[in-house]
Amino acid sequence: MRFFKQLVLAIAALAVVVAYSPQVSAQSGKPIKIGFSMALTGVLGAGGKSALIAMEIWRDDVNKKGGLLGRPVELVYYDDATTPAKVPAIYTKLLNVDKVDLVVSSYGTDVIAPAMPIVMRSGKVFLGLFGLDVNHKFKYDRYFQIMPAGPNPAQDWSRGFFDIAKEKGLKSVAIAGADAEFAQNAVKGARANAKQDGLNIVYDKSFPPSTADFTPILRAIQATNPDIIYFGSYPANSVGIVKAANELGLKAKLVGGGMVGLQFAAIMKNLGPGLNNLVNYDFWVPAKTLKFPGIEEFLKKYQAAAAGKGVDLLGHYLPPWAYAYMQVLGQSVEATKSLDDKKLAEYIHKTTFNTVVGPVKFGKNGEWATSRALMIQFRGIKANNLDQFKMEGTRVVLKPDTVKSGDIMFPYKK
Amino acid sequence: MDASLFLNAIAAGILLGGFYAAVALGLSIVFGQLDIVNIAHPAFIVAGSYLVFALNGGFGLDPVIAGILLMPIFFAVGVFVYRVYYAAFERTGRESLAGLAFFFGLMFVIEVLFIIFYGVDYRLVEADYIGKQIEIGLVGIPWRMLVPFCAALVMTGAIYLFMSRTFLGRAILAVSQDRLALQLMGADPVKIKQIAFGIGIATAALAGALLIMIGPVEPTIGRLYIGRIFAIIVLGGMGSIPGTLVAALIIGLSESIVTTYIGPSWAPTVAFGFLLITLAVRPQGLFGRL
Repeated sequence: MRFFKQLVLAIAALAVVVAYSPQVSAQSGKPIKIGFSMALTGVLGAGGKSALIAMEIWRDDVNKKGGLLGRPVELVYYDDATTPAKVPAIYTKLLNVDKVDLVVSSYGTDVIAPAMPIVMRSGKVFLGLFGLDVNHKFKYDRYFQIMPAGPNPAQDWSRGFFDIAKEKGLKSVAIAGADAEFAQNAVKGARANAKQDGLNIVYDKSFPPSTADFTPILRAIQATNPDIIYFGSYPANSVGIVKAANELGLKAKLVGGGMVGLQFAAIMKNLGPGLNNLVNYDFWVPAKTLKFPGIEEFLKKYQAAAAGKGVDLLGHYLPPWAYAYMQVLGQSVEATKSLDDKKLAEYIHKTTFNTVVGPVKFGKNGEWATSRALMIQFRGIKANNLDQFKMEGTRVVLKPDTVKSGDIMFPYKK
Repeated sequence: MDASLFLNAIAAGILLGGFYAAVALGLSIVFGQLDIVNIAHPAFIVAGSYLVFALNGGFGLDPVIAGILLMPIFFAVGVFVYRVYYAAFERTGRESLAGLAFFFGLMFVIEVLFIIFYGVDYRLVEADYIGKQIEIGLVGIPWRMLVPFCAALVMTGAIYLFMSRTFLGRAILAVSQDRLALQLMGADPVKIKQIAFGIGIATAALAGALLIMIGPVEPTIGRLYIGRIFAIIVLGGMGSIPGTLVAALIIGLSESIVTTYIGPSWAPTVAFGFLLITLAVRPQGLFGRL
């Protein structure tokens, strides 16, 4: 009888341990530290802060489910102020002082590139967030870029834009890009596409990112009478360009390309109808063709978290990708049951990941195996209304054909 | 040469120069006349932009009117900042390096405050005339640039008249030339300087309104203007109000013409090259006195 009682007590105790074991182990293990610098202030601060919110949502989601390898996840990060010079010191500190287990990148080409030599020296897997053609010269086999620019990122990024030009039989192009890493990579690809398609390049110049008024630039472009105008620009530049284009009544038939900022809620709301018919890159917009499992649930969480924080309220542009690159890292750790960078890199190279931005498969150079850079067109935008951008139809996907949601309204201005 | 392109380049340059004058005017008084290296001046301009954004979004006030309404508040803030600066550094003769550090610190504090309260998202204002332009013959003039130009011209004219026609204005000029002589005349140089500093900061409110009319603003965007502002002040001749306006117009015109005919990336090089050549020939600047 006594033995029987002891047996019952032992089974009950075991049941309690089993019932609570995931939570107990998740909260009791040493945290897995994921380190990164982030553009929380400066030119890309608006995007960087929204990315951080997405990464924190991922951390909370993972920790609620018991963490990674039964250990809680901790994010260790510093503001790089969108200043490339600050980045190497931050990653040195993350790796040598904070002793993080894994690293991911900041947001944007300009602040990802300076981290590369430090990360490469340590042999860490490095997931990048919206860096354009960063690995072109480094050729680091543990670098992976979540932005779906494609295997030849500089050129694939604007391929859709030039495919539209080709379909419409356009002949001449003007190219203008800001004097900084991302924009120069973007216009380099645009130039290559234009040459490949036999277009006549009638204007090809750079401008300082601090340019206050774009009227003289647009007038100089207008004087060359191009069919197409491709811009590679940062948020403040993009606003200046759109305003000047509307004031001047720009006559080109296809305008846009690589303009950062026109994806941000505050800027879209302010520019309103001024955006109509402009064709620009994007990576996710509300469209039937881009409804991936988990994306709507994520956006609901993001929009609730972003309210009142002075960041992008919609979260369509960067946050899903910030969540997705953490998903790739998390899924790899769980699948390999390891934090070993060699194993993780091998796994990431061979796997197709299911994420909130759809299936992700990386190619040999760490870029997406197939490009899914969208070319969208702003359509029927009304003044001073943010909610319209939550609906399908205000940003129509023109390219690539696999996710196309409508046909182009042509030309840019009648 | 295309006459339309040339005339529009000139018009755009003049309008841009007017805006630059508004941005540089306050620092021309503070740095040029009072010899205070207020590196935080662009941060005050951005503060003006944010408060104008709040008044524009909250009450639908026109950005320029909002900027004018904020000027007395900025004046009071300027007076307070000068009192702190004077008590901590100028009175003890430690203003050169420690004072510079003070204004650097102030710049960071202002930026961080706006990051905390407004976040880092871009802010823009709305007004009926933004996005429209008027055509005068071959020349198209966007209201977005014309309104800042006119506002800058009025502000510069008002400051010039104040400085040259009023007792207080002349006292400010006197304190910049010979503080001891002014003291011997029975005037208090510290009070005069605090008023001048207050006026300098007050101009930042209107300059901020003009800045956010032209383009979007985020808390650290003022840093982009630091080099240009100092270049205009030095080129104009330290502390000269008409000199600041003329120098701003020269920089604006040279940027616009170079952008149109050579390429935008050459614009700062030519503008700063012009500054270097002017200083080599006339070290005191265009309107400065040795």
